[in-house]
Amino acid sequence: MATKAEVLDFIRIYGDKMAEHRQELTDFDQAIGDGDHGINMNRGFKAVSEKLPTLGDKNIDDILKAVGMTLVSTVGGASGPLYGTAFMKAGTVLKGKEELSDQDVISAFEEGVGGIKFRGKAVQGEKTILDSMIPAIDAIKKSISEGNSMTVALEAGEKAAWEGVEYTKTIIATKGRASYLGERSIGHQDPGATSMAYLFQAAKEAAKKSGK
Amino acid sequence: MKKFINDVENVENEMLEGIVLAHPEYVTRLPGFDVLVRTDKKVGKVAIVSGGGSGHEPAHGGFVGKGMLDGAVPGAIFTSPTPDQVFEAIKAVDAGKGVLLVVKNYTGDIMNFEMAAELAEAEGIKVANVVTNDDVAVEDSLYTTGRRGVAGTILVHKIAGAKAETGASIEEVHATAEKVIANVRTMGVALKPCTVPAAGKPGFELSDEEMELGIGIHGEPGTERKPIQKADEIVNYLMDRILKDMKPVAGDEVAVMINGAGATPPMELYILNRRVQQILAEKGVKVFKTFVGDFMTSIDMAGASITLLKLDAELKELLLAEADTIAFKM
Ligand SMILES: Nc1ncnc2c1ncn2[C@@H]1O[C@H](COP(=O)(O)OP(=O)(O)OP(=O)(O)O)[C@@H](O)[C@H]1O
Ligand SMILES: [Mg+2]
Repeated sequence: MATKAEVLDFIRIYGDKMAEHRQELTDFDQAIGDGDHGINMNRGFKAVSEKLPTLGDKNIDDILKAVGMTLVSTVGGASGPLYGTAFMKAGTVLKGKEELSDQDVISAFEEGVGGIKFRGKAVQGEKTILDSMIPAIDAIKKSISEGNSMTVALEAGEKAAWEGVEYTKTIIATKGRASYLGERSIGHQDPGATSMAYLFQAAKEAAKKSGK
Repeated sequence: MKKFINDVENVENEMLEGIVLAHPEYVTRLPGFDVLVRTDKKVGKVAIVSGGGSGHEPAHGGFVGKGMLDGAVPGAIFTSPTPDQVFEAIKAVDAGKGVLLVVKNYTGDIMNFEMAAELAEAEGIKVANVVTNDDVAVEDSLYTTGRRGVAGTILVHKIAGAKAETGASIEEVHATAEKVIANVRTMGVALKPCTVPAAGKPGFELSDEEMELGIGIHGEPGTERKPIQKADEIVNYLMDRILKDMKPVAGDEVAVMINGAGATPPMELYILNRRVQQILAEKGVKVFKTFVGDFMTSIDMAGASITLLKLDAELKELLLAEADTIAFKM
């Protein structure tokens, strides 16, 4: 079970991480993109954190939708529509929920990744957000199906996400700005995959904090 | 970093304020939005909206006015504008004949403009879009997101804008814009990288002896790094790439645009132009019209791009049609 407080905590922790890693994500994007990923994500989550206090009495679905809308209207770039759509889509499968079962959490992640695939028309292996997100979700599903708690599953999810980030160093980008570099994109980790790995790290920390 | 700025977080906003204060007769800012629209909104024509990140000045706000754009949506520096901003621009400029969005081929721009078009269509506004992709440095293959839209986009604004001014339908304006896109090619080179204020340092390192070929317009690295050469040799290389792709034959007519990246003086742009014209003359390709200057910049990058547009009778007429904007007059 994840409570609304945990969901809000997760968003807050993720926002803090985007502030903390703003320069790092920007540096990764300077290597293979246009050097704005950390700036974009930080701008979006700063707006989200200003919005959060007004969302306390909303249901989880409305909270996630509001976060998504805020990201869409403040981040810009490729990551704005992608992260924004992911949060909005995750919200739509949690209609009216004040608490989430493990299955709800998994459905939310799956809707989210579906939203990113729909908007960005990418598949796994193109050096994008998907390369950390898909393995993370797969690992969470596997861990839950083996009878583990969500905290343990999110730990496995985060680990898989970082492995996905490592994997992005070995492949050529075929989507997004980095694709213009062709072979020169090899050796660099994808900024979007990295920011997504922090999302699973934030989810894990929120779950751990609640002590379950 | 040494720049005339007050606050890295407020560069885009203060620039917009400065533009509107300088040119109120051309552009008006939509209250509460980062959107510039024509001050003398014209009715009875298709409206054209373009945009992308800031940092490309005079693009795109500098081309808002008679015979070019009706609205420009500058996002944060080098970052596509968000859908709500583009949607606001569409609503403001629509005069009942529909709105054409001129989008450069970048994942971010495409997704944000696409979401804005969905919002506008839901409100019953007719929207069409074209995606510019004139940069020959990037291979147009299954393995990339396709060629980038760069300085050639300005010629799409010019010609589609002129077509719209004739009262043509959105389908006709769209077809003309597509024709320009099919016939325009560009390649660029950088001598010095640019610095995004919020990043505080250059996008890549380039020594005094090096140049970066196949550069985009966002300070991203190019496709190839080489030792610096003489201007004529650089032009030979860029023109070779453009002509291989465009394949003009003797007797064809073209427009030429030598675009500065922001920190290259006109003197050097004219030296580049000199060699471009020599090469075209050698090939028997006739130059119908030449533009030299800063049209699509990358903040403070030193560099330039060469654009060729193959013309037919329609494009020639529209290219010469009246335009009156801050940065482009005909
Ligand atoms: N089609 C796509 N699907 C999924 N993720 C993508 C796609 N295209 C790009 N990305 C992700 O977006 C990240 C870059 O995001 P960023 O915020 O830097 O936007 P951007 O591409 O620079 O946008 P803009 O070009 O408008 O500035 C990449 O690292 C990649 O992970
Ligand atoms: Mg970027």
